Amino acid sequence: MKSDIILLGHGSGGTLSHQLLDTLIIPILSAVALPDQNDAAVLPAESGRLAFTTDSFVVDPIFFPGGNIGDLAINGTVNDLAMAGATPLYISVGLILEEGLPIADLRRILHSMRQAADAAGVSIVTGDTKVVPRGKADRIFINTSGVGRLEHELVISGSSARPGDRVLINGPIGDHGMAVLASREGLALQSDIKSDCAPLNRLVQAILAAAGSDLHVLRDPTRGGVATTLKEICLQSQVDITLDELSLPIRDNVAGACAILGLDPLFVANEGKLLVVVAPDSADAVLAAMHATPEGVGATCIGEVGPGGEGRLRLRTAIGGLRSIEMLAGEQLPRIC
Amino acid sequence: MNLTAAFRDPQLARGQLDAIAKTVAGYDGGMTLMEVCGTHTMAIYQHGIRALLPEQIRLISGPGCPVCVTPVGFVDHAVALARRPQTVIATFGDMVRVPGSTSSLMREQASAAQILIVYSPLDAVTFAEKHPELEVVFLGVGFETTTPTIAGAVLTAERKGVKNFSVLCSHKTMPGPMAALAADPELQVDGYLCPAHVSAIIGADAYRPLVEAYNVPCVVTGFEPLDVLQGVLMLAKQIVAGEAKVENQYRRVVQPQGNPKALGLLWQLFEPSDARWRGIGDLPGSGLQLRPAYALFDAAKKFSVEIEPAREHAGCLCGEILKGKITPPQCPLFRTVCTPEQPVGACMVSSEGTCAAEYKYGS
Repeated sequence: MKSDIILLGHGSGGTLSHQLLDTLIIPILSAVALPDQNDAAVLPAESGRLAFTTDSFVVDPIFFPGGNIGDLAINGTVNDLAMAGATPLYISVGLILEEGLPIADLRRILHSMRQAADAAGVSIVTGDTKVVPRGKADRIFINTSGVGRLEHELVISGSSARPGDRVLINGPIGDHGMAVLASREGLALQSDIKSDCAPLNRLVQAILAAAGSDLHVLRDPTRGGVATTLKEICLQSQVDITLDELSLPIRDNVAGACAILGLDPLFVANEGKLLVVVAPDSADAVLAAMHATPEGVGATCIGEVGPGGEGRLRLRTAIGGLRSIEMLAGEQLPRIC
Repeated sequence: MNLTAAFRDPQLARGQLDAIAKTVAGYDGGMTLMEVCGTHTMAIYQHGIRALLPEQIRLISGPGCPVCVTPVGFVDHAVALARRPQTVIATFGDMVRVPGSTSSLMREQASAAQILIVYSPLDAVTFAEKHPELEVVFLGVGFETTTPTIAGAVLTAERKGVKNFSVLCSHKTMPGPMAALAADPELQVDGYLCPAHVSAIIGADAYRPLVEAYNVPCVVTGFEPLDVLQGVLMLAKQIVAGEAKVENQYRRVVQPQGNPKALGLLWQLFEPSDARWRGIGDLPGSGLQLRPAYALFDAAKKFSVEIEPAREHAGCLCGEILKGKITPPQCPLFRTVCTPEQPVGACMVSSEGTCAAEYKYGS
């Protein structure tokens, strides 16, 4: 009888493992037929520079409005490559499954991974599956690694921000973190917030084409949110950045949910956003190029790099106050009164 | 619809600030205003309000962060209960990281203890109902804002016959500590920004005895930037005019008599008790304990555990901070030994703590 849940045997390397790979994982994930499953994928050698990255995904819940752990795992690695200015080429997938995971859930996740890979134009070329006993993992953990090709000579780095630069973002902040939080069990919060999970490689290509060497920094503000990522840039580049609270794009539903839970949207995770630090002369051209892509329609300028060089991140508040923003310490905790 | 944008309007803020400047312009001397509630402290930092006010006005933070004023002995008691087999400590998030004498709930969780972070005390009752094999102890921390919800949870547990749910009480009330601080000659508080949410329960009239006894102006104030600015303006006007009365800036929420339904629930289950406040000490009648009829839900009575002797961390000045006597940078531990990652005192832990606010938003 065919099981409808993951069994320990599915990770044994024996017949159940082969069945899972041959009937489910490989047909869904692999764009090409893999007649022989060798230990390693053999890929054509590239000339020039490569970008290489890895990331693990343990999101809870595994399905959330706007995505699931599968497309998150692909987009996360695609975006890490894109932030180096690379064109993502190949991705590996490591699955750690908890015994008892419904096969239907796994199938849904795998299909999302494949769709995300196709959308980003990357191939899933190698992978691994392990099964751990019930209670030793939380349903499914995914590791993805990715290789990309750099087609330019630019140095895009968190240490390249310069005084006068503009800070741009491609749309509303905090959507992903609040979508996941709001769908968590035990939080009786009903909302229509959707994760912004999306591949950003095409947006990056548009930015690169518009900015050229005026592009100084590209970062995706995932864990720790916009505030943590910008503070890192301030410290790495030894510059001061001032954000303008009134120009921060935050959806009303995200602002409302954050207010209820005592969270600051600046520290909430994003999965389809990028921060661009660009020379002032190219800022308008980059914004126009961003607006012309699906992932960049909401692009806007949120602040600028000041003349000082002490690594300070500050916010000009709506009522005209000025305060500093420090890196997130621990997790954001909800208030109690 | 954005419900808060109207309370952050830059032009209205400018108008309030001009009015404040005009009010204090001819006034000889400074004004020390204490914001009692931790949410005020956070709002003042978050919106950069302090720097916008005239130099004459000094804002100091008070004892209104419930996590911060909870004495170390309570954390030790919770830790002792967490070490009991088959016991789950249910709590709001902040309490988990507050250091006790030698441990914290976070540390106990890393060893073996079961800690359940909840957003409502009712969630703890539901959890207890689902797990009859476990004892669920809810940490009852907070002011009148949270106590009625805990009373509701106890009543729900009683109605459903959930016997494995109990509360470890450290509830506190206002405005007892405000009177204690008003009587402190070292402090000289010229006016109080009274808490918004607490006042929604106890009512603006609750501050009348305080005003009459200490001749100190009180303005019940909301948490949005324009609320705070208007509250400051109302206090400044009273001080300049030499008046002392209770005023209510937060009229869109707070009634003179408070919320009778919530108060009824509170007094049905709880009775006044003496309470220890971190920094301030023992204040008679400033706490709340479950009435004898609900003793079965009182974790302190239900379980006998050995609690280690309470020991504050040497050098921790949370007490002075909670009284508004010093600001966080004046504490030698601030940012050096005591950080949000490795907090020494509760003021650095709570999302409403003065040190956490200064660390996160300070200059």
